[in-house]
Amino acid sequence: MTDRTETFAKVAAEIEPFNKKGISLTDATTFAGDLEWDSLTVMDFVAAVEDAFDITITMNMQAEIETVGQLVDAVEKLKA
Amino acid sequence: MTDAVETPDAVRLGDDAAPSRDLFSKFDPLIAEREALLATGVRDPFAIVMERVTSPTEAIIQGRRTILLGTYNYMGMTFDPDVIAAGKAALDDFGSGTTGSRVLNGTYDPHKDCEAALREFYGTEHAMVFSTGYQANLGMISTLAGKGDYIILDADSHASIYDGCWLGNAEVVRFRHNSVEDLDKRLGRLPKEAGKLVVLEGVYSMFGDVAPLPEMVAVAKKHGAMILCDEAHGMGFFGANGRGVYEEMGVADDIDFVVGTFSKSVGTVGGFCVSNHPKFEVLRLVCRPYVFTASLPPSVVATAAASIRKLMHAADKRAHLWKNSRRLHAGLRELGFKLGTETAQSAIIAVILPDQEQAVGMWQALLEQGLYVNMARPPATPAGTFLLRCSLCAEHSDKQVGEILTMFAAAGQAVGCIG
Repeated sequence: MTDRTETFAKVAAEIEPFNKKGISLTDATTFAGDLEWDSLTVMDFVAAVEDAFDITITMNMQAEIETVGQLVDAVEKLKA
Repeated sequence: MTDAVETPDAVRLGDDAAPSRDLFSKFDPLIAEREALLATGVRDPFAIVMERVTSPTEAIIQGRRTILLGTYNYMGMTFDPDVIAAGKAALDDFGSGTTGSRVLNGTYDPHKDCEAALREFYGTEHAMVFSTGYQANLGMISTLAGKGDYIILDADSHASIYDGCWLGNAEVVRFRHNSVEDLDKRLGRLPKEAGKLVVLEGVYSMFGDVAPLPEMVAVAKKHGAMILCDEAHGMGFFGANGRGVYEEMGVADDIDFVVGTFSKSVGTVGGFCVSNHPKFEVLRLVCRPYVFTASLPPSVVATAAASIRKLMHAADKRAHLWKNSRRLHAGLRELGFKLGTETAQSAIIAVILPDQEQAVGMWQALLEQGLYVNMARPPATPAGTFLLRCSLCAEHSDKQVGEILTMFAAAGQAVGCIG
């Protein structure tokens, strides 16, 4: 498994408890559109990802992240 | 001149012209939701008009005498004779407005006197008056934290704090509401050398809960952060001098900046920041929401100064406000309402309702009996809750609090949210 695949799997695991509709996840899956998350869910989820990777995803970065793929890339960059 | 009237090819309408798009279409879901709600026959909770205001606690709404329980007029200063006299005198002496920025032609003697009153009230070296409380947060937060710095804020922060973050260039990190542990964890992950501003509120206005300031301040200091505390809903009745929750909790020496407003306990409009920072005065030159707006009318700052000086000696009023708050909290609880806090932590008592329909139903039933409360709904509220927010006033009489409880009992039974 490459680092990115590993990160994707770990992010996907964090999404699971919030994935109420059981949407299958790809890089293109969007948080607001496909997963239908509201701002409160986003906040809880971001906190979970931050804890899982021991990183800080600032609100400035969050504003730019719309898809699972973008989040995985951001996490890769932050933990480097 | 011929050049100017010639239309360049690129802007001529043709087959590939962009379709015109109504920028209002993004509001369609909200418009539809409101229309559906109003179609059920309820009154618009966001379109109340006070026809006459007869005291800090009563007004005439649609011809009916109505007790006001949603004004944040905590100390009831709006009709204080000394306050009104000060405003009238300033209106006569200085005119209706300044027509200018504080840093140009908009600083009059009453503005300096108002800042002096704030320094006396807070016992600080510096005080700076803004045109609104919103602008005070906007200005302080966006100016203090610059590019490369970090703002760490509570997730339930007021909109003016969030907007202050967006106006500036700092990195923004938020922590779970009132969680000392989460604040500590988030601060610990930030670069050690970066500048950090932790933004807290003494009272959070949606549920009326207070912050565990001593623990939060200790954590912020451990990580080398400066601290700004918004005391909008704490000024006037927390602490021995009425300075706010931070005074009551004994952390005055560790708070770097206190932000507040004149539109609650002070009883007029305006905002401020007080501090002992030695370089504080430079903010008057670099803080855009301070510089690029007209200053408050002289009558407004004169009423604020008079009110602030009276609030310094308002121990009896404070005691009565706390009595009112505790009585309303206990009474509503006894009636079976679900409240935002276990005990009365501030002068805000939030009644939590399960959905918009019940919230609007209750709100209207109360209004029809002659009681006005604030209705709050997402996204202003935390955790998607619908609230009826009651804010008490030191001028509410024991009799009025009794009437309020009677009206809540009747409305709650009529709407079916209590047994």
